[in-house]
Formats: sequence, structure tokens, C-alpha cells
Amino acid sequence: MQDPPAITRRHLLGGSLALLGAAASGCAIPVGLGSSQTRVKYWHFLGASDGIIMNQMVGAFARDNPGVFVEENVLAWGEPYYTKIAMAGAGGRSPDVATFHLARLAGIGAGEILDPINVDLLAEVGLRAADFSPPIWERAHYQGTLYAVPFDAHPMVQYYNTDLCGRAGLLGADGKLRPTTGADQLLEQLRKAKEVLGGKPPLVFDALGLGTVGPWRVWYSLYPQSGGTLLSEDGGQVTIDDQKALEALRFMRRLGEEGLCDPTTDYGASVAKFTNGEAAFLWNGDWEVTGLKERKTPFSMTRFPSVFGSGAAQADCHVFVLPHQRDRDPEVERATYQFIAYLVKNSADWAVAGHVPSYLPALQEPDYLALQPQSEYRSVITDVALDPQVWYTGSASRLWIEFGGAFSPVISGERTPEEGLANAKAALSRLMSAPNPFPAEER
Amino acid sequence: MTTTVAAPATTAPAAKAQVKRSWTQHGLLFVAPFLLVYVAFLVWPTLLGLRMSFTDVNIAGSNDRFVGFSNYAEAFGDPRMWRSLWNTLVFTVLSTVPLVLLGLGLALLVHNLRFVQWLWRLSFFGPFLLPSAVVSILWLQMIYPPEYGLLNGTLGTDVLWLGDPGTAMWSVVLTTVWWTVGFNFLLYLAALQSIPQHLYEAAAIDGASAWDKLRSITLPMLGRTTALIVVLQLLASLKVFDQIYLMTGGGPEDATRPIIEYAYDVGFTGYRIGYASAVSYILFVLIVIVSLAQLRLFRKRAEVSS
Repeated sequence: MQDPPAITRRHLLGGSLALLGAAASGCAIPVGLGSSQTRVKYWHFLGASDGIIMNQMVGAFARDNPGVFVEENVLAWGEPYYTKIAMAGAGGRSPDVATFHLARLAGIGAGEILDPINVDLLAEVGLRAADFSPPIWERAHYQGTLYAVPFDAHPMVQYYNTDLCGRAGLLGADGKLRPTTGADQLLEQLRKAKEVLGGKPPLVFDALGLGTVGPWRVWYSLYPQSGGTLLSEDGGQVTIDDQKALEALRFMRRLGEEGLCDPTTDYGASVAKFTNGEAAFLWNGDWEVTGLKERKTPFSMTRFPSVFGSGAAQADCHVFVLPHQRDRDPEVERATYQFIAYLVKNSADWAVAGHVPSYLPALQEPDYLALQPQSEYRSVITDVALDPQVWYTGSASRLWIEFGGAFSPVISGERTPEEGLANAKAALSRLMSAPNPFPAEER
Repeated sequence: MTTTVAAPATTAPAAKAQVKRSWTQHGLLFVAPFLLVYVAFLVWPTLLGLRMSFTDVNIAGSNDRFVGFSNYAEAFGDPRMWRSLWNTLVFTVLSTVPLVLLGLGLALLVHNLRFVQWLWRLSFFGPFLLPSAVVSILWLQMIYPPEYGLLNGTLGTDVLWLGDPGTAMWSVVLTTVWWTVGFNFLLYLAALQSIPQHLYEAAAIDGASAWDKLRSITLPMLGRTTALIVVLQLLASLKVFDQIYLMTGGGPEDATRPIIEYAYDVGFTGYRIGYASAVSYILFVLIVIVSLAQLRLFRKRAEVSS
């Protein structure tokens, strides 16, 4: 038998103190700002390659406004972000401004978690209602009060590898992808690309993985093309048209079955495969432009293909919100509006990240119109399929995750389209019957 | 998954009232800092949580009107609550059995291996020292990925370890066993080393074989340790959350979501703190039942041995 290693009390105490010291120094908040600066705390979740652009814009604002220091805090996208916003707003000691998804506005408890936007202050920094895309401006209101300043719309788009598509003979004389209409043309296009790739799946998208929402995005681009809807106008009735919903799901299954899309790629793998030229097409939101350009992938972008009628594509919008604060410092508040106005007015710079500005003057700017390939799909802005306006929708919402989880196994063939739809509908009715945590009559 | 070991209860000595009072006077003073923290961070939140479970309070602390038992009624009629409770129980059974048996097996092995013992001890206990996030990411990103993961690469298979409802829970269990078996192993090893050597010597003189010694000396002498390990393991497994949240998020198709994650989901991402509290209390009752069963078991054993 062996003796245990001797740990004296002195050793233990010394060790614990050392650990405490290390922990304390690790938690220290970086200071070192000029005391004369107004500090604006800004939270966002822009971690894809659009985060690079946002970081540059924040830097540009700092150069133009030496009196204001914007503390940019990049948090993980998705459900945890909205938990953090809710917790911060509930506590009343929150960041001064945060990026948000427009479709989540109905579910966050605007008025409790979020403070209303001061329209006078907004006018003071030069932003008016008429400057914004009307339907988006309207949805930035909750029960008649403005809670969000619109920034952009980010639809599903189709990225294509110009090199591979050229070899497959899919490009027109202008070097752009020849648009397809209907399922057959799209399948034909994909089959040609598959040959060039030596039989590997030519199309990738976020099809699998932890909390995957990709299958929802694809389905909610295809299904609304034939006029399908999820819910009635007031959100009280399920209006899913089974025939149309199944048609879209069967098409997704067919892509997987014929090896035209890769059902085993998660978000990261789908972007990586397209970046490396292992796939000819990527269906994704418009935010991967910067990363693809940096890695010199030969690519361009176009609208999500029209398969079942219209050219609809799933979309959400980035907006700015003011999480609730118990005591808002007027000076910081003014600086916050300045910062928001700076970002919105420079939407053309933001469009470099791929997003379509919702600030109308930016859409006319020659700088924006000259952006390639970002201006190739700007016409989609009138065809976007936004989420129904109920409390459980929006980016990374339960609805997205439930539908993503129900449809992911349909693509890989583990579930039939009928089973997938049944699971999605069951999830939807669960969400509808659950009480809204922030009931409207409370306020 | 953390394991807390309860301090042994102090039995009040049957002494004179005089002695007792002075113990209270001094003792209370000594335990006051602990009691303060205990009440502020355990007793009070527990009571507050119970109160919340009878309201519809949301994450902002508003809408906290009293709704009676309607949260509990909703939970008992909620198939996802039952599914997640079932998942927790399945995980508990699937993980406790190998964690106890493997812990014993490894301890016997190391105890009888007479060379570089420190290396075996370190190898088996090492994973236990890793934080749950490290373990989960290691398995999620390196071992289980279907396309380039170590497991599919080694076995030459093509299994969606975490992506298939049929294999996801087994994969989580495998990770957990690898991660935490070291703790049980260590407890068993310590117990093995404290078995008096003379018993084995006596048995050897009587001509007992290795198997006889194991069956008639080692295993009976490990009885109390086994009971302790089983109880600690049951409680730890019922509290499973970290690795599942990090590796599968409860999916695919809810196949792995444990009840704690369900409470987290409805509370922190669904913003319904009241309902989440009710779900938590259902688990709380389950844990109390297991603890009471354990108390009875220990008392019976104590009576038998005395």
C-alpha cells in the first residue's frame, strides 16, 4: 500500500490563494479609456464574416467621433444571445444598444426588456420614418410604439462557384449563372454541376447539427413560393397547406436522395465546402460574402432559385434596440443615437457584408449599386418571406429550431416528408398553445 | 456534472443540558458564516423557486400573478416534460451501471498491477479533471463527427453518433463514462487499499483461490463503498445537463434532452420562469425520493451490521 501524497495545510492555503489571485486577475475589466470619453456599450452577434465589416464600421465611427468610445461586445449568435438580452434587460443594467432580429420583437416583451426608441432624439440625429423601407419600419413597432431602428434585411440567397459552373456550362454569355425556373431546370443544373464535381453533391447548405435552422430556412424559401403560409394574420390559426408543404419537403428529400445536396453538412461544413470549391452551390443567408472574398473563392451570388412559382426567399432583418435600463445617462443616450445614426447612414458600407440596406437612401447610392455581387440579389427585397408576427418566431427562435429539427432528417431520408411535416405541425401547435410569457394585456 | 459529498451528520451527544447549551452558543457562532451563505444561496432560492412555480412569472420578473397548480397541471400533461424526464431516467440507468462496474473493474486491475501504478491511476482519473465543456467539445468535434471523426475512422463505420435518435443517448453515455469513471475508480481503489491484508493471508493459508478471495473477501468488504458510489452516481446522473446541452442540445428529435435542460429551455429561452420552476420541482421530488430510499437502505445495512 502506498501513502497518499502529503499535502500540508500551508500548501493548501498557499495554493488556494494563488488560484484566487489568478481568478481575480482573469476577471479584471480592461479599462484604459480616456476619462473624457462617453462610453457606449454595444452588443451584437455578428460572428460570421459580417462581423469583420461591423468591426471596421465601429472603428470608423471612433475615428470620426473621438468623444465617444464604443465598447463592442460580440456574443454567440442564437438562443443564448436572446437569453442574455432578456436577462440584461430584466436586470435594468444592460448594454446601451444591441443588434437584434426584427422578427423576434414580438416575443421579447418590448416595453419591459426593451425601452422604446425616442423618435425626437432619432430625428435630432437625422433619421426619419420616411428613410426606411415601409414594411420593415412598420414591423419595428410593437403595439404602436417604435422599439427598433431598422438596419438591413438578410434574405436567403444562392452562392455559386463561377469556375465550377463555367465548366459545367451553366453560365450565360455575361458570365452570370443562367437563372432557372421550376424544379426540373434546377435539378438539371445541379446534375450538370455534379458531373463536373465527379459525382460529389454540388449543393451544400446547413442541413444538420446542433439546433440547426438551415432546413427551416430552405423550406421557408421554397414553401412560400407557391403561396403557402404558416399562420393566419392574427396568429390564431394554423394555415399550413399540406399539399404545398409536402411538395417543398419532397423536393428537399429528392435533393438528398439523388446526391444533389449533401445532407451531412452542418453550418460550418457547408460554408467550408463551398469556400474550398468542393461544392458548386451554397444556399445560405447573404452574410458570407466577406469571408469568401477574403479566401479568394471564385464565386458570385444570385437570388434563391424560383422552384414553385414566385421568387420568394426566407429573410429576417437586423435592427438596433435599446435594452431596458433603469437609469439611462442622457449623455450616453445621445451618443448612442449618434452611433446608431452613423451606422444606418453608412448602410452602403454595411452592404459590403452582403445585407440589403433597409435605409432607402443607401439603396440609391452609386457605391451600393456598384457592389458586386451584393447588388445582384437586391431585387429580392420585395419578395422576402418574413416570419409570422407572433411571439415564438424570429431568428434562432423555438419555431426555427423545431422546424429545422423536424426537416433535417427528411433531407437525409431518416424521416419521410409526411413524418417531418407532422412533427413540425405538432411543434407549431405546442408553441401556439403555450402561453406568451409577456402577455399583451399586462401593459 | 459535479458531485457533492454531504458532510456526515453530527450526532448530538446525549449529555447534560448545561453542556448542550454551551455547544449551541459556541457552535452557532462558528457555523454562522456557513449558515448565512447556506440560507441566502440555497434555502431562500429553494423557497422562492417553489413560490415561482405557482405563478406565471416571466424572465423580467413581471406577470407574476398566482395561478395555483396550473403550471403543475400543464407539466403533467406536457409530453415533452415526460419525454425529458424519461430521458433523464434512461441516462441514469444507462450510465450508473457501467460507471459502477467499470469503476470496480479498473480499481481491481490497478490494485493488482504492481508496476507503474501512478500511470494507471493518472490515466483512469485524468479525464475526470477536465471541465465538462472541454470533454463535450473534444467528443463533439474530434471523436463523433460522422465524416472525419476518430470513432468512425477507427471502426470504419458511417454512424451519425450524435445525429441519430437511436445512437445519440448511447454516445452521450459513452462520453460520460469515459469522463467520470475515474471518480468511482478512485473511491474503489481507496477502499481496496484499506482492506486489511491479514484477511487475504488467512485465506491463502486456508488454500483459497484468487476467485474465492475476490468473492468472499474483496467484494463483501467493498459493500459500503459500493452503496455510497451507487447513491452518489444516481444523484449525479439525475442532474445530467452540461454534456448533453453542449453535445446535442437535447436533440435529435428530443432523444437526449434531460429534464434540467427542459427546465432551462422553457425558462431561459422560452422566458417562462414560473413553468420552468414547476418542472424543476418535479425533478426535485424525484431526487428526494431517491435520497429517502438511500437513507432507508443505509439504515437497514447499519442495523444488519450492528
